[in-house]
Amino acid sequence: MKKIRFLVDAVIIDYNNAMLNYTFFDHTADIGVEIFGQTRKELFANASLALKEILFDIPSTEPLRGRKKIITVEGADTTDLLINYLREILYLVNGEGWIVRNAEITRCGSKRLTANLQLEPFDQKKYAIKVELKAVTYHNASVKKEHSGWRAKVIFDV
Amino acid sequence: MHEIKLEKLDDNRWLVPKVGAMRVPGIIYASVKIHDLLGHDESAKQVANVAHLPGIVNFSLAMPDVHWGYGFPIGGVAAFDMEEGIISPGGVGYDINCGCRLMTTELTLPDIRERIKDLTVGLYQHIPAGVGSTGHVKLSGKDQKKVLEDGAAWAVKAGFGSVSDLETTEDGGCMTGADPEQVSVRAMERGKEQLGTLGSGNHFLEIEVVEEIFDEKAARAFGLRKGQIVVMIHTGSRGLGYQICDDYLALMVKHQSETGIALPDRQLACTYLSSPRGRNYLAAMACGANYAWANRQILMHLTREVFEKTLRIAPRELQMRLVYDVCHNIAKIESFNLAGIEKKLCVHRKGATRAYPAGHEVVPARYRSVGQPVLIPGDMGAGSYVLVGQEKAMSETFGSACHGAGRVMSRTQAIKSSRGRSISRELADQGVLVMSAGKGTLSEEMPEAYKDLNDVVQVVHDAGIACKVAKLKSIACIKG
Repeated sequence: MKKIRFLVDAVIIDYNNAMLNYTFFDHTADIGVEIFGQTRKELFANASLALKEILFDIPSTEPLRGRKKIITVEGADTTDLLINYLREILYLVNGEGWIVRNAEITRCGSKRLTANLQLEPFDQKKYAIKVELKAVTYHNASVKKEHSGWRAKVIFDV
Repeated sequence: MHEIKLEKLDDNRWLVPKVGAMRVPGIIYASVKIHDLLGHDESAKQVANVAHLPGIVNFSLAMPDVHWGYGFPIGGVAAFDMEEGIISPGGVGYDINCGCRLMTTELTLPDIRERIKDLTVGLYQHIPAGVGSTGHVKLSGKDQKKVLEDGAAWAVKAGFGSVSDLETTEDGGCMTGADPEQVSVRAMERGKEQLGTLGSGNHFLEIEVVEEIFDEKAARAFGLRKGQIVVMIHTGSRGLGYQICDDYLALMVKHQSETGIALPDRQLACTYLSSPRGRNYLAAMACGANYAWANRQILMHLTREVFEKTLRIAPRELQMRLVYDVCHNIAKIESFNLAGIEKKLCVHRKGATRAYPAGHEVVPARYRSVGQPVLIPGDMGAGSYVLVGQEKAMSETFGSACHGAGRVMSRTQAIKSSRGRSISRELADQGVLVMSAGKGTLSEEMPEAYKDLNDVVQVVHDAGIACKVAKLKSIACIKG
């Protein structure tokens, strides 16, 4: 199978300090992201940061505000769990008008996690929304434990 | 091309050989030029993946606008047996009944040349576009159920357009079997405020002029003539449709092991058409399809209002008439002749347009002598094509043709190659005025990001599945 070509573009994506936590890769119609984490909890926390960066232009200096929400998500395996977790966050954005500014994964197994999310109401006057994501897809999705930590791949439908 | 070696069948078709657990071979409609582009992505592999699904009939097909999607390729067509076959929400896509609508007017380019800017600004201000945009139509729960059940007919009844519009909408603008009870609370919630909105991404509303006529007889039947101003709308079922797809995809992934169907890609999650879950999805999908038809019907009405108000002309002078409305993300139960036997099949069209020939009973009476209009939008600079369905589509592609140019460049590549350029300026130099709500949209949707529409359309024309009727040139475009 052909290796997916990585096209990291710091100018477009404005990584700031997030460079080691996730990178974006090319897909003809959609947006792919590869996520890293020392632990499974960190991997899931970074996944929500990647999603936030795809969706919104928020200066890194912007203080956290809003309210907390605890969510519990389940999946058939770790990959399914990651998709369902991102799916839940995307619904909070698209369906309820929140920005998920931050996520602390308080419990995380291979099939179930609990996350403490920092939600801020989306204000169009304050932040630019970059793209409309229709969904999180299963296509080529994976979560793997490697020698140096955890690595996942997800493609979002634009 | 990865492990897949395509075999050339003729000038317009390539065989994806049946290997491993594939149940049928695949066929990709492509010229040599388009075939050479396929090596850059995984679309051929996705054609092969679809061929693994139970009950697939004849071939897993892809139209010449094929490109790498998720699960099914974009431009994919696959038909499934009603008893042994499956239904796959991912094979329909998130934007259920994403489609196109073409309207003619009695205006010509000289009539609006001095007012194009005013018209474009008027459309941009009057038609909600962009990410998360909300519409003029706020639905109560009861009304929303009626939208999901009745589709475009609801919009007509609510004062958006006329009953005659329904005659030239695919399926009359209403898919039967819609059951709002099968739609989640989340989907209903997302649909409440988005009716009558264009959305973002590749969705658009364009003012175009008929540049060239290829088939006089069909053009006359469709009411098209050279120099005429027309409007093309491309959008779908908005957040309601995305949520329906996602809800059922999650459900089917969860229960996939119970079906005993092995999948080469989880995004192809599916269930048997004959199962309760399959029937529920079809009933929910029909709701999404109906919402999209109501949406495009409302947008047509809003467009008509802008034209009449901006140009200060009466409806009689404008004569904005619907040529046709087609869906290109859908699964439909349709009848085909298989080796002399008429059989009902479930045809998945994931980025493909129905292209029925002359004489077919579902083609509107006024077009029955020539065939069904097939609307093919291009990128912002290329304009669009109107084709007409041909008999060969019934025997080869389950009555289907392409749906657009098809992306060839990723969004990141497009943004990168547009850096330092003003896409709106370049388009203005070509005579296309563009207004966009999203700042990155124009870069992502730049003309070079797509295949050459002329090449794509030529393949379906030469293959004889849909033939060229008219070419439309873009004049102005509003995007989300």
